[in-house]
Amino acid sequence: MAKRVGIEVSLAISEAVKLAKVDAVAAYPITPQTHIVEHLSELVAEGELDAAFIPVESEHSAMSVCAGTSAAGARTYTATSSQGLALMNEILFIIPALRLPVVMTIANRALSGPISIWNDHSDIMSVRDTGWIAIFAENGQEAFDLTLQSFKIAEDHRVLLPISVNIDGFTLSHVIEPHEFLDQSEVDKFLPEYKPAVQLNPDDPVSMGTVGVPEIYAEAKKCQDEVLKGSIEVIKEVFAEFAEMFGREYKVVETYRAEGAETLLMTMGSVSETAMEAIDRMQEAGRKVGLIRLRLWRPFPADDLRAEMGSVKTLAVLDRAVSFGGAGGPVAGEVRSALYNVEDSPYIASFIAGLGGRDITVDDFIEMVDQAEAMAKANEIHEYKMIGVRE
Amino acid sequence: MENLNVYAAKMAPQQEFLAGGHRACQGCAELLAVRLVAKTLGHDYIIANATGCLEIVTSSYPHSAWKVPWIHVAFENAAAVASGVEAAVKILQKKGKYPVDRKITILAQAGDGGTVDIGLQALSGALERGHDMIYICYDNEAYMNTGVQRSSSTPYGATTTTSPAGKVDPLGQHTMKKNIVEIAAAHNIPYVATASPSYPFDLMEKVKKASETPGPAYIHCFVPCPTGWRMAPNLAVSIGRIAAESKVFPLYEIVNGEYRMTVTHKKHRPVIDYLKPQGRFRHLNEDNIAEIQQQVDKSYERLLKKVAMSSTELD
Repeated sequence: MAKRVGIEVSLAISEAVKLAKVDAVAAYPITPQTHIVEHLSELVAEGELDAAFIPVESEHSAMSVCAGTSAAGARTYTATSSQGLALMNEILFIIPALRLPVVMTIANRALSGPISIWNDHSDIMSVRDTGWIAIFAENGQEAFDLTLQSFKIAEDHRVLLPISVNIDGFTLSHVIEPHEFLDQSEVDKFLPEYKPAVQLNPDDPVSMGTVGVPEIYAEAKKCQDEVLKGSIEVIKEVFAEFAEMFGREYKVVETYRAEGAETLLMTMGSVSETAMEAIDRMQEAGRKVGLIRLRLWRPFPADDLRAEMGSVKTLAVLDRAVSFGGAGGPVAGEVRSALYNVEDSPYIASFIAGLGGRDITVDDFIEMVDQAEAMAKANEIHEYKMIGVRE
Repeated sequence: MENLNVYAAKMAPQQEFLAGGHRACQGCAELLAVRLVAKTLGHDYIIANATGCLEIVTSSYPHSAWKVPWIHVAFENAAAVASGVEAAVKILQKKGKYPVDRKITILAQAGDGGTVDIGLQALSGALERGHDMIYICYDNEAYMNTGVQRSSSTPYGATTTTSPAGKVDPLGQHTMKKNIVEIAAAHNIPYVATASPSYPFDLMEKVKKASETPGPAYIHCFVPCPTGWRMAPNLAVSIGRIAAESKVFPLYEIVNGEYRMTVTHKKHRPVIDYLKPQGRFRHLNEDNIAEIQQQVDKSYERLLKKVAMSSTELD
């Protein structure tokens, strides 16, 4: 039977990885990811998890080792943050191209410089186009559940792509929350043993990672994008199966009190819970405001997003990263693209806040909605506005 | 050795794991070495290959020259990828989840750039962690795949496209070749060796020893590159022999820290015999050559001292 446990979110993620019976973990320590891999190495040392723990000399090698373990047929996990993710960058592109279902937790942290160990989304946004499925968790329970579901999604033979489960560094990774854990027998029913489609095996040799000559490169990339886009159906299937088995329902795009809303606030990650508070207050004051949250960042759930735009006139999109020199924050840019050709598409205001660990308060969210509505009314053109910054 | 090698071809295993029809240049000693390594390791091994000549010439999709499982991920990480394959096969075999229960040899292979420069960190990490694998560096002393740029394995005095001998700076490469063999040995791994396809028996024997040694083994294989060294393709094998005969590339092994020469010569040739056939050294003057002779003698003396010390300790 499921049991409720008060535990740090990082440790809950490690427990999910243990319940997934991973075969291999390769990791390099970086704040704020450390508690996850520390706990995993403990679980291996204590014999609670029968896996190879490979303590590598860099994140570049962490992801390279993951390529090797996954290609050899091992269920593979790693975790990182910020600079570590940046150092992995080269290999991040190759993992999906090799169709290796690696699962990685990213404890989101600001990129240097100036060096900052605190939370924002600049790390994940910098690897947007690497070809990974990217999912966001808002709290510890979601982090636990999504970690388990990620293995099932990634390893589905219709997918065979890597997944990053994003959790906000410190604000999620280092807090103690109540989690409803699952028993091993329940997890085993949900998540069967990994069966690789191809694996490095002398009795059935394959060549992986061969040269892509001009006659084949474009087809390879088209195929990769089709598979990534198509994975959204498998993601929904797995979410549905999980909901049926364990009662907790996940959607690729989630809404909160959005029925009949004329203005929507859009968020990703743990700040969504603060945003809900702001929505409650504004609705109490009689305003037609709701919340929409992107759970899935890649593949971008454009159809699901468009389906939520019924009566919406204004959309205030929060970004926690800067696209330097660009036309708005990275999420807002994507949302604008997805809605541009839609008839009666809403006015889209891009806000950047919460950089490098800066708090985003309930009042900040109310201010975003106020500004977005005013800008929409005046039909002003702004690339983006930064909230909560001293100028 | 000269006579023994006449029989080498007949005594080597007949089976081939590197197919013909690859795209290497004429006279490529690297592919010659790889073929011998493949024969020695036989059927039950997995290769993690770095980006470079070897990867390019053997794996142009939809073709592959490999009859054994082979993976290429990137340039600097062959040692890390091999670490992963080794760790995975080990744990999956332990859990009864790997399709083969025989011993599988894991081989990482890279060129000198992928080993001594950009791949040094991943190599060091893998050796330090003690994975049961063989790492072979095929050293052709420059970035040949990208057009003969200098690496830290390029020898003193060699002209390359990024260490050109010019009017103001007529020397070419100014630095001494990085001693990666000593760096590997400094990780206290059980087996380190130098090798050359010009001595096929010696090479194959070392690969066999490396595969039978539990833990990491490092083999530094000297592979003349006619294209990059600017010499006739038919000289690739003989220049490798002259490299050993002139003390430029001595053949030895370090077993659990003990040094042993595996190919010895009663009389050594002068370095000029090695330098002269190669266009990359054509610009050198007498002083440069004397300087190189001195360097080579000194390095060789130092090596002999280590061998002597090892023999004493063994006694």
